Parts: sequence; structure tokens; C-alpha cells
Amino acid sequence: MIPAIETTALVKRFGETRAVDGIDLRVERGAVYGLLGPNGAGKTTTIRLLATLLRPDGGTARVLGHDVAREPAAVRAKVCLTGQFASVDEDLTGHENLVLVARLFGHAWKGARARADELLAAFDLADAAGKQARTYSGGMRRRLDIAASLVVTPELLFLDEPTTGLDPRSRNQVWDIVRAIAADGTTVLLTTQYLEEADRLAGRLAVIDHGRVIAEGTSQELKRSVGSNALHLRLDDASHRAEARHVLRRVLGAEVHDGADAASLTARVHDPARLAEAVAALGAGGIAVAELAYGQPSLDDVFFALTGRGSEDAVAAPAASTEKVA
Amino acid sequence: MSLLATTPRPPAASPWAATLTLGWRAMLKIKHVPFQLFDVTAFPLMMTLMFTYLFGGALAGSPREYVQYLIPGIVVQTIVFITVYTGVGLNGDITKGLFDRFRSVPIWQPAPIFGALLGDVFRYTTAATMVILLGLVMGFRPAAGVVGVVAAVALIILFALSLSWMWIIVGMKVQSPESVMTSSFLLLFPLTMGSNIFVDPRTMPGWLRAVVAVNPVTHLADASRGLMHGNVAARDVVWVLVASAVVTAVFAPIALRMYHRER
Ligand SMILES: Nc1ncnc2c1ncn2[C@@H]1O[C@H](COP(=O)(O)OP(=O)(O)OP(=O)(O)O)[C@@H](O)[C@H]1O
Ligand SMILES: [Mg+2]
Repeated sequence: MIPAIETTALVKRFGETRAVDGIDLRVERGAVYGLLGPNGAGKTTTIRLLATLLRPDGGTARVLGHDVAREPAAVRAKVCLTGQFASVDEDLTGHENLVLVARLFGHAWKGARARADELLAAFDLADAAGKQARTYSGGMRRRLDIAASLVVTPELLFLDEPTTGLDPRSRNQVWDIVRAIAADGTTVLLTTQYLEEADRLAGRLAVIDHGRVIAEGTSQELKRSVGSNALHLRLDDASHRAEARHVLRRVLGAEVHDGADAASLTARVHDPARLAEAVAALGAGGIAVAELAYGQPSLDDVFFALTGRGSEDAVAAPAASTEKVA
Repeated sequence: MSLLATTPRPPAASPWAATLTLGWRAMLKIKHVPFQLFDVTAFPLMMTLMFTYLFGGALAGSPREYVQYLIPGIVVQTIVFITVYTGVGLNGDITKGLFDRFRSVPIWQPAPIFGALLGDVFRYTTAATMVILLGLVMGFRPAAGVVGVVAAVALIILFALSLSWMWIIVGMKVQSPESVMTSSFLLLFPLTMGSNIFVDPRTMPGWLRAVVAVNPVTHLADASRGLMHGNVAARDVVWVLVASAVVTAVFAPIALRMYHRER
């Protein structure tokens, strides 16, 4: 079967910045595929190339069998895009927004209104249907935006950071929506900065950094590639972190790195038998532990193993990353 | 419940249907945000009242006589001023990501531009109606009746649409809707004030009279006055038609090329 997406050495430059720097991707049909990467990694640019909003500077990309540069119209006829920033008309009501998009996709007025009603009900927006979109919360806007991409059923749906900025409840709603879309047979390519999100939704994923794919596989495979399991700790008192790092390194004899917030730590555990000993040593040293989890490495660990820095560091230093590219 | 459509996917909208739909959207925006129409028409309306009652007597003998002269010109000024909203709207659509949505739908690609222009025609007509109604209240009596007024407004709209292409270019170039607004005044103030909208240029110094004489807005104002009062000079109409055609021929292809180029 023709894959949903196939790219070879795809390149997109903005001036000196190589936003996409030779990406090879192969996405089979009928699943959720995740593009995972920190700010400025090139996720949006990749999606815009695949949705024919940008023209590649090098390499090729085929979407559902059509070359994006040579047959953009054929690609557009089969895909839908929900961009990173909610592209709804804030002056129009939710209902009008959906009627507008339904009309553009070829529905007659009557059919367009019916489809808009259906979608508003399905996305839990029926009560706000007659209100201007500018009055919507971030979560409602996001749902309206995704609904607009499902007016007709695309073979492939692009979702660019569908849950960024949403609260946990809205995020769960969007996750349910994505799962339902995929269950109905539409291929979904979604980008995210959240390792947890990729882990939960995507069957396979590509980790991208500086416009390149640095790892690809199922999240299980990626975790296995890190090797050993991990011990995640959050301390009561962040000032004890250096000390805790020292203790864990001594007892477990393995690498220990700092977590996303100032009070957390992650340690490789090659020998689970020493786990109890490590925890006891922390207690003996007067280091109070607020949270403790032991298990498979998270995608954060994967990112660390691949790049030598946590994903949070990458987020904190987008300027440095462009410098390196330039 | 299934989120996906159960009915088969229709073929995408025809160029005409897409343009009409996007024109419908522009009208909805005016309905929901009528302020964007009033804040630009308020200024010309104020000018009308001020010039008529303050200077009308001095300029034309009596306010009532002056109103006959002024109203067609004010319609011109009002519509020329709101052409800038073509650029403001387009810029907003681009910065808010709406154009990404439109451009990823399999429709005729320039449909959003032509849809916006269609909405503009509606906007221009509404504004013209408002000014003319105010004029009628103030004693404006166009001798050529409804036909003359409609012909004048049609000519003004034609010229305005050619200006809209310039705003489309500005709207695609600048970073924010506000900067479209700011840049507009640099062009529109001299264009409307350096004309014969308010006063007969006979009393002006020679150099200014030369400027006023070549300003297309002068000819547009003359043509509109002529059409509304039934004493139109054909050369003014031709002048406006040629000016509109030239401006469109220069700027429309540039605008469309820029639009097709990616952002
Ligand atoms: N239109 C543009 N002009 C110039 N540079 C751009 C443009 N779009 C993106 N870039 C640059 O390309 C790089 C990749 O950007 P991109 O938006 O694809 O990243 P991203 O992975 O989507 O990031 P984020 O998580 O912040 O959305 C960045 O360095 C960005 O500054
Ligand atoms: Mg992005």
C-alpha cells in the first residue's frame, strides 16, 4: 500500500536557518504518528511542507502518493490541517465558522448548516454555537479548529500541537477526539512538545531536533533503546539535589541527571536489587523524597539519551539552537 | 458518536461558490463588528457637518447650496478611506492563521482575495448609503435622481476596488493590521485633501491647482457630482475609468503573485 507520507532528504531554509534539514519520514496509513521535538525543531515547517503551504527547497515529499511540489492540488484534496495557532475567525460564531469551511469544502448551504450542527454537538460546543469565537476559551477554540478540519473526512489529518496551552481536562478531551478520529480510519500526523502526549497517542513517532530526525520507532522501541529502567525522584527541598545526585551515583553506580524542575532527578538503574539500598541511603542522609517512581524510561529520558540534554533545556535555549544551525 | 462525516465527500466548491462564500464571510464580519464601518465613516460625516455649516455659507453662498457640491465628494472620500480595510482584513487573516486554513482547502486559490473584494463592495455600498442619507436630511437634492446617484456610486466603487489592490499588497507586506492603518494615512490624506472634494480649486495657488488637476480623486469627485446632478463631463468619467484600469493592471498582478508565493 502507498504510505500516507514518504519524504526523502526534505529541506526547507529560511534565509540562513535550515528549519528542515534533510528529513526522511515514512508514515504508514491508519495510525497516529507523532512528531516530537522542542521549540524550533522544525515541526511546524515539516507540517506546512506536507500540507503544501510551503515549497521544499530540496528533497521530495509524497503525501498519499502525490508529490507535494508537483501535485499540490491533489494533496489538498485529501488532507486537512489544523495549524499550531487556532485558525478560526474570531468575529464569526462557532456555527458560522463551520458553515464557512463546509461551504468551501463543497457542501451546499443546507448541507453545510447540517454538518456544522453535527460537529458542534459532537465537539460539545452546541451551547456556544451562536457565540462569537472570540468569546471561546482556549480549549473550545481548539475543538472548533479541529472540528473545522473534519467537515469532510480527510484521509490524512495534520494536527500541529493540538494541546499546547490547554488545561488537563481540555487536553484529555482533545486526546479522546484524536483517538476517535484514528479509530474511524483517518491517519493522523500530530506534533507535540509533550513527551507524555506522544507516548499516549502515537503508535510510532519521530523525534526531531534542529530540523533532523534523531530517532524513530514505537515509543516502546525508543524507550528500550535507552536501555535500563529509570528511577524518578522529586525531593521535598530542591537545595538537596546535588547531595541526592551524589548519593544515588554512589549507591547505584550509574549516571544520574537532573529533571525538568529544580527538585527532580532521574537515575539509570542497571541493578534493581540496589533500589531499596539507594532509597535508604537518601533517608539516612536526611534527604526527604516527595515523589518516587520506578519504571521504564520516559520519553524525557529518551530525549536526554539522544541529545545529551533534556527537552526542557532545548525549550529554554531556542536561540542557541538557531545559532548552531546558522 | 462518530466524529467523521457519514455522508460522502462533495467535490470542493467552484471558484464562484468559494468567492461568494468568502464574500458572505466578509459581510458577517461587518454584521458582527459594525464598529469597523462606523469608525471610518464617522470622520467624513463629521467633516460633512462641519464644512457645511461652518464654511458652507462662505464657500458657496449658503449651506444648502454647498451641500449640493460637497456630498458627492464626501461619498468619494469616505469610500476611498475605507479601501484600507481590504489590507487590514487581509493582514489580520494572515497573522491569525486563517489564510493557512483557506489555502489548505482545495479551492481556487485566489478565492479569498476575490471574496474579500466582494465583501468590500458591500461595505462601500453601505457607507455610501449612510453618507447620502445624511446628505438628504441636510438638504442634498441630486438632480439626476436615483439613477444618477447609483451610477456615481458604481463609478466610485470601481475606483475604490483598484485602490484595494494596493492595500492587498501592503497587507501582505507589513507585520500587523495597525501598520496597514498607519501607512494608509500617508497616502489617503494627501490623495483626498489635495483634491477638489471640499473647495473649488479656483482660489488655490497655481502649483496646488496643478496637483489637484492631475489627482484622480479630483476627476472622480467631478464625475460623481456630474452624475448625481445630471451635468457630467464625459472626460471625467473616462479619466476615472482609465485611472482605475491602470492602477488595477499594475497592482493586481503583483498582489496575486505575492499571494501565490508562500509565506
Ligand atoms: N517564516 C519563517 N521565516 C523565518 N524563519 C522561520 C520561519 N518559520 C520558521 N522559521 C524558523 O525555522 C525554525 C523551525 O521553526 P518551526 O516553526 O518549524 O519549529 P517548531 O518545531 O514548530 O517549533 P514550536 O514548537 O516553537 O512551534 C525556527 O528556527 C524558526 O525560527
Ligand atoms: Mg510549531
